[in-house]
Amino acid sequence: MKKHKLQLLTLFGALMLLTSCGNNNNQNKSSGALRSSAAEKVYVAPGEHDEFYAFMSGGYSGNVTVYGLPSGRMFKEIPVFSQFPTSGYGYSEETKPMLETSHGFVPWDDAHHPDISQTNGELDGRWIFINGNNTPRIARISLTTFETEEIIEVPNSAGNHSSSFVTENTEYVVAGTRFSVPVPQRDMPIKEYKSEFKGALSFISVDPEHGHMDIKFQLIMPGFNYDLSHPGRGKSHGWFFFTTYNTEEAHSLLEVNASQNDKDFIAAINWKKIEDYVNNGGGTKMPANYAHNIYDESTHTGTTTMKKEVLTVDPLKVPGAIYFLPTPKSPHGCDVDPTGQYIIGNGKLSADLTVHSFDNMIAAIEAKKFDGEAYGIPILKFEDVLAGTVKSSGLGPLHTEFDDKGNAYTTFFISSEVVKWKLGTWEVLDRKPTYYSVGHLMIPGGNSRKPFGKYVVALNKITKDRYLPTGPEMEHSAQIYDISGDKMELIYDFPTHGEPHYAAGIPASILAPKSKKIYRLDENKHPYAVSSPDQAKVVREGKEVHIYMSTIRSHFTPDNIEGIKVGDKVYFHITNHEQDFDVPHGFAMIGQQTSELLVMPGQTKTSVWYPKQVGVWPFYCTDFCSALHQEMQGYIRVSPENSNIEISYSLGED
Amino acid sequence: MKALIKFVFLITAGILISCGGKEEKKTKKFEYNQQPATEKTVEQPAAASELPASKRASLDNKGVGKVKHVELNPTIDEAMAARGAELFKTNCTACHKPNKRFIGPSPAGILELRTPEWVMNMILDPKLMTEQDPIAKALLVEFNGAAMANQNLTEAQARDILEYFRTLK
Repeated sequence: MKKHKLQLLTLFGALMLLTSCGNNNNQNKSSGALRSSAAEKVYVAPGEHDEFYAFMSGGYSGNVTVYGLPSGRMFKEIPVFSQFPTSGYGYSEETKPMLETSHGFVPWDDAHHPDISQTNGELDGRWIFINGNNTPRIARISLTTFETEEIIEVPNSAGNHSSSFVTENTEYVVAGTRFSVPVPQRDMPIKEYKSEFKGALSFISVDPEHGHMDIKFQLIMPGFNYDLSHPGRGKSHGWFFFTTYNTEEAHSLLEVNASQNDKDFIAAINWKKIEDYVNNGGGTKMPANYAHNIYDESTHTGTTTMKKEVLTVDPLKVPGAIYFLPTPKSPHGCDVDPTGQYIIGNGKLSADLTVHSFDNMIAAIEAKKFDGEAYGIPILKFEDVLAGTVKSSGLGPLHTEFDDKGNAYTTFFISSEVVKWKLGTWEVLDRKPTYYSVGHLMIPGGNSRKPFGKYVVALNKITKDRYLPTGPEMEHSAQIYDISGDKMELIYDFPTHGEPHYAAGIPASILAPKSKKIYRLDENKHPYAVSSPDQAKVVREGKEVHIYMSTIRSHFTPDNIEGIKVGDKVYFHITNHEQDFDVPHGFAMIGQQTSELLVMPGQTKTSVWYPKQVGVWPFYCTDFCSALHQEMQGYIRVSPENSNIEISYSLGED
Repeated sequence: MKALIKFVFLITAGILISCGGKEEKKTKKFEYNQQPATEKTVEQPAAASELPASKRASLDNKGVGKVKHVELNPTIDEAMAARGAELFKTNCTACHKPNKRFIGPSPAGILELRTPEWVMNMILDPKLMTEQDPIAKALLVEFNGAAMANQNLTEAQARDILEYFRTLK
């Protein structure tokens, strides 16, 4: 009997092990089979590359993160509006100017809507733009270096939210205000909001060669909240569409007071017409004060220029350029389909989607069929411009993206789902839950003429139980769906950094080949660069000491420095002499009240140190650069303020 | 029956091992403590009687890499050497002094020990060389594991530097 029990137990144990291990023989479990096919779809084997880049806005991180699709692997965080101690961005002398504004140095922002530059309505992969929502700014990031190259502040704007979307040939990157404010700013009672506050919509021209931005004109619109926007494309190229809410012009308890009107508007702006007006001398120059920060790749240095004037345009002065399209229930997302025919306004307090027709809009304008006006701007009749309504019985529609097969995908925040529907028939084809409370969604190229409709990424606001808990604060969650078939298939969850609002995706084949690997040392024009180690030196100029230092695996030149005194201001100018891919060197000085520097091959970066204590103080390389990384260190002797020790420096001498 | 039980036990044990992949490893903390990471132990090459790699001639060895054949003109091309000197200064002097041993060996008299092809291959792809070429491997050991940096030079630039090396005595 005992023997039998032992035998049975042994067999049972063996069976348990067999079933628990591997799951390979489980043909009858259908969920297992589905899971393994989903796993195959997102699996990118070690050493292999993803098919798409995804650029996620960081929201309150102020930055942009770069992911691979379909794997959901994060590759990089690009510092944009926030100081980033990892690389020294916003801490180094070269990059501090990038965060200058009319309010002084602002070390943070809230980054929302990345948009990749386009040519002929297709992604060209030259730059990606993103808006700073809080202290209104637009940044341009190079997609060869994946570094922020330019930031322009937007005056007369507040809550820079209906931004930063590019026109079909990147003629403009557009920035609209969410909060209307007095224009120009002045001391006045808040209660006098109505008709006194204005909403500035800024058209920022982009130099086709260098990408440099310049505010071409600001359209000074009625004091509504301009929420989101998208450009026309194809036949509607030349127009720009903005959703508005708070057409009630409430200034307090907007939660209630801005939800009174049955319909708000989509503002349709014929920017080509306004451009002509401005090019022919139209518009009014208004005194302003805003920062324009440009980073020069050859000097590795950013500079700030304060601009003192902006060209404003009164909408009433350009008849026929601006119309209001009534759109139900505080519309949020404002999206234009790849053909440019349909303009989708997602009433966030509605269950249905409103689709306007560009052709209908033009016909109504030509027939002058107006339904009144708001501050002199003609309002078109809702029924005249409506193309159709998507009856979806979801709740809280927010944003819509498009595939390349005539389908649209809309997120529903309140009912936590993505709904796929057909353009033209307005028929709902599929719906899939999201986990949870989805905001934006992204299909690579999904807001261009040429979407790459293989995956959609849902960017969720609530993470809750999707991952192991990490205390009250958690990263947000993204979900990727395979949309190559008739039905969407949820294939993977991955956490994202900060609070991604919108994202932009692009095929890796467009970006990867032109991604820069090193900065060439012989192109380094930094005024404090050392092009060969024999130029390394230490120079005293009164209380300021400039240390011209070079690095290569694995030493600093020089690495012993004497003659520094308490009360000095010491500049470390570090040039990395490596010319090989992925060999940065770091630099950190004990007690230095700033971040480290992470210096890319061929680059020069500078940080400042105020020595306060007498002694001999070490510095070292923070990036594990070679087998002899631990040896990459140096010493600085700090003498009393009244010492007469002269500056001296050396490497490898006794 | 006993045989069957034994068999099943063996299988079970086998699965346990293969499934988890967690064969117990004996920790050797004490030994780790005895060998701090910064302590350098230079391994001696197998044939200890030989000269160190930096002094050993290997004139039949062209190295590993894309440079297969280099023709040296009997007279030195001054223009090439001048360009090479400039390139050497910016790209190499952090580790190589023209006339003395530094982080790496001095290039003076290098062509008495190495072929022109070997020198250029070492400049152009030091990683491949230290992986596959026996002399380069031995040099890496001799110079404390200080791996030579790939400075991303072109073949023409490496050739200029080679010409500059011919001027060094």
